[in-house]
Amino acid sequence: MNFVHKLGAIIWKDFISEFRTKEMILSMCLFSFLILIIFNFAFGSSLKFDRGMVAGILWVAFVFSGLTGLGRSFSMERDRGTLQGLILCPVSPWTIFLAKLIGVFLFTTVMEIMTIFIFTILYNTTVLPFLVPLGLITFLGTLGFTAIGTIFSAISATAKSRDVLLSILFFPISVPVIIASVKATGIILNGQSLQMVFPWLKILVAFDLVFLLVSYLTFEYIMEE
Amino acid sequence: MKRMQTLLIPFQLLTYVLMLLALYTIFIYAPVEKTMGVIQKIFYIHVPSAFLAYLAFFITFIASIIYLYRKDPKWDTVAHCAVETGVIFCTIVLITGPIWARPIWNVWWTWDPRLTTTLILWFTYVAYLMLRRSVKENRRANLAAVFGIIGFINVPITFFSIRLWRTIHPVVITSRGLNMSGPMKFSLIITFIAFCFLFFALLISRIRLERLKTNIEEVKEIMDDMKLAKGIYNGQ
Repeated sequence: MNFVHKLGAIIWKDFISEFRTKEMILSMCLFSFLILIIFNFAFGSSLKFDRGMVAGILWVAFVFSGLTGLGRSFSMERDRGTLQGLILCPVSPWTIFLAKLIGVFLFTTVMEIMTIFIFTILYNTTVLPFLVPLGLITFLGTLGFTAIGTIFSAISATAKSRDVLLSILFFPISVPVIIASVKATGIILNGQSLQMVFPWLKILVAFDLVFLLVSYLTFEYIMEE
Repeated sequence: MKRMQTLLIPFQLLTYVLMLLALYTIFIYAPVEKTMGVIQKIFYIHVPSAFLAYLAFFITFIASIIYLYRKDPKWDTVAHCAVETGVIFCTIVLITGPIWARPIWNVWWTWDPRLTTTLILWFTYVAYLMLRRSVKENRRANLAAVFGIIGFINVPITFFSIRLWRTIHPVVITSRGLNMSGPMKFSLIITFIAFCFLFFALLISRIRLERLKTNIEEVKEIMDDMKLAKGIYNGQ
């Protein structure tokens, strides 16, 4: 079995177990739907004037519901007692990391597409003209926070009070991703020039590359007993 | 180990003397600043603490890398103790900062890159301590080392992203402009040295404490074994 097959096998396993229950994807989508509604109550009519604020709400919905999925990624393995089995698989720790990352990334992306769809209806916005830049920003931002989140999900999986621990570890580190994604999305939604987005894209790309590299170097120590 | 302990006492005495000297230079020797007044004296505590907080987290970063490479528990202790000491100094920075900023900048807090980065740093290393408390002992050192590395690597990225975030928005306060007179510079140097000594005195004491803890654990285990053996011997 080569690398791609091994990777595919772990991702496929996660997909099958998810499609049997649909527990994670449903709760993520519902949670982000609720966040959009709560923020609409909280800010009311002032949202009509400031698209930058709307971008903030959108990313709070993405990150918070993404985090609920990230928490499950490794803790469900522990609850079912399959974490040991996963570690014993004849694959490198990096393969496990990458497979988990891709799995969570895809689930989060599905949630984000649903959220954007609901968002356009509830907030009376159209995203169709900026679909490509928005998609790029969402891709880079989601990759960044799911990469960090997957590392921390593995770290906190065996801990006491793991959900709280995951958020405490996750938020300080994800500050650059959140700032860059919110700002870039705000610029796009305000219809400003794409030129202004480039500095933010640079930060997102730098963050993604740095943390993919760090996880490549350190993930084996996380899985080791 | 024995020599370390004999050296430690003079070192701590020296720290004590230097701290007294620092207090003298801050409150008596250093002149009162013209525009800011007495409040400016916070500067002598604020700046060295900020430097030492960053130094502490850098020590953690290096010690964590060495730990993962060599797997020597000594380095894990160093990393852990450096975080504890660093968080104390970082807290001092975050408390003295707003006290100083309120009369000078007229605000308690501004989202300046340096301030915000320090705040995020504080959260990161408090999270490090929380992580150590909540994971099992056999995995603690590895997980903490990974987090110590990630936390430090994140500092420059956070700083740049916050700076970019602020430059797009109008910034009210841009530079602090510190032109210091001779006695002021001298006071700063003295407090800097004194604080460095204080930092290392605290760090070394903390590491020693951690070592003594492990020693006690070992002795306890041996005693438990002996008790057990005695019980078996007596046929209980």
